[in-house]
Amino acid sequence: MQEINKEKKPLIVAFCCNWCSYAGADLAGSSRLSYPADVKIIRVPCSCRVNPMFILKAFQRGADGVIICGCHPGDCHYTTGNYYARRRMSLLFSMLDYLGIERERTRVEWVSAAEGAKFSKVMNEFASKINELGENKRLEDLRCKN
Amino acid sequence: MQKLETLMLEKAKNLLSSGEVSRVLGWKKGELGYDVEPSVFTSAQSLDNFVYNVFCGANLSKYLVQETKKEGKILVFLKPCDSYSFNQLIKEHRINKDKVYTVGVECQGKIDNYKLKENGIEVVESFDEEVDFVTVNGKKFTKGEIVLGKCSVCEKKLLDYDEVISINEKRSPDKDRFEMVKKLESMTADERYAFWKDQLSNCIRCNACRNVCPACTCTKCVFDNDNSGIASKANSDSFEEKMFHIIRAFHVAGRCTDCGECSRVCPQHIPLHLLNRKFIGDINRLYGTYQAGEDTTSKGPLTDYTKQDVDPSDVFGG
Ligand code: SF4
Ligand code: SF4
Ligand code: FES
Repeated sequence: MQEINKEKKPLIVAFCCNWCSYAGADLAGSSRLSYPADVKIIRVPCSCRVNPMFILKAFQRGADGVIICGCHPGDCHYTTGNYYARRRMSLLFSMLDYLGIERERTRVEWVSAAEGAKFSKVMNEFASKINELGENKRLEDLRCKN
Repeated sequence: MQKLETLMLEKAKNLLSSGEVSRVLGWKKGELGYDVEPSVFTSAQSLDNFVYNVFCGANLSKYLVQETKKEGKILVFLKPCDSYSFNQLIKEHRINKDKVYTVGVECQGKIDNYKLKENGIEVVESFDEEVDFVTVNGKKFTKGEIVLGKCSVCEKKLLDYDEVISINEKRSPDKDRFEMVKKLESMTADERYAFWKDQLSNCIRCNACRNVCPACTCTKCVFDNDNSGIASKANSDSFEEKMFHIIRAFHVAGRCTDCGECSRVCPQHIPLHLLNRKFIGDINRLYGTYQAGEDTTSKGPLTDYTKQDVDPSDVFGG
């Protein structure tokens, strides 16, 4: 058990908006740009679909970093979704910081469908940051891990 | 203060007998002096148990969510802090305003029963209240010593009511309500983590803070979900209730009027208001000063946006 834990690679959950970042990830793939295999993408209809609960749940169950990617402000498919998401995430991240959770474990990035290169860059950077931070201990919940 | 109670009783009796209202929402005497509780009175006779004194800290506004679904009109007495919650509930269409008669009542601060106990007072045999002092069982306290945390920072502002009953001048708060939040913000992340781990590890998940909160009125709460993965499992780590606390505070962010009920009722004395005030402080700083419940029409900060809002990556700590 101990051995396996030691070798555990960081797990990153990326909530990607269907209309932009998810397509951006596709473009990154078809342009043969790499991003770490530790990034698990969850497709959401819009960045504002991401409930703070999703993020905490991911951490509870063992994610080491959570990133939310949406359309650039002004470009949301539903016009204003990402503006609301922006306020919510600002407040949530600030609260996590207030509780002493490492600031760098959460991030929001605006990545369009045309920005395959940006997607790969963002994910590489984020993954290396999470690698530096190591395992998420403060937000895990052993009751939720199997 | 006896006088206030008399005036309120008179009002209640008049409105009941004239048929203007069919019920009265107020506070009822307990067995032990300090255990005053919210109650609905339906007759002049039942009003014999009506009280208004320094132990009436409980916020009555949330009861109106159910009460205004019933037949007839109800009279409610609202302290300043209760009235903000009331307004917020009106704004969220949770209370039917046509079915309430609101009377604002003066408040000079209410007693924290836990603080009384800390001072060795288990049973209240007698008490006497003045604006700045309270004498309990012959022992004189300044209000500051035994008052609820929320009262020491309260503006005691009376909002719009159908009527107001007030005798004395209102007092200004003696403390800055963000003092402790600022102090925490100036600590290191590790210190903050230690602080919260220590505090939240006391939580027994009794859900009292949620149940009492006037901003928490969902019919079915996300925390009553059997599939949550944590239902009926013992904690294996002392910080494991943080999810509950983050979500509880987030859910009321922008809607919390800072009425202080969560901290008042917590049997473990967890300073929950410090989570709420973090959001309030951030909202004021990032999106402009906002007081939930001050009016019934303006847009809440989380149901609004501007194109110039900061990105989450630019928001840092304090
Ligand atoms: S917060 Fe203000 S209005 Fe509410 S009980 Fe305390 S002093 Fe009274
Ligand atoms: S009232 Fe206190 S002990 Fe009960 S759930 Fe809330 S924080 Fe936990
Ligand atoms: S549709 Fe992409 S952020 Fe709203």
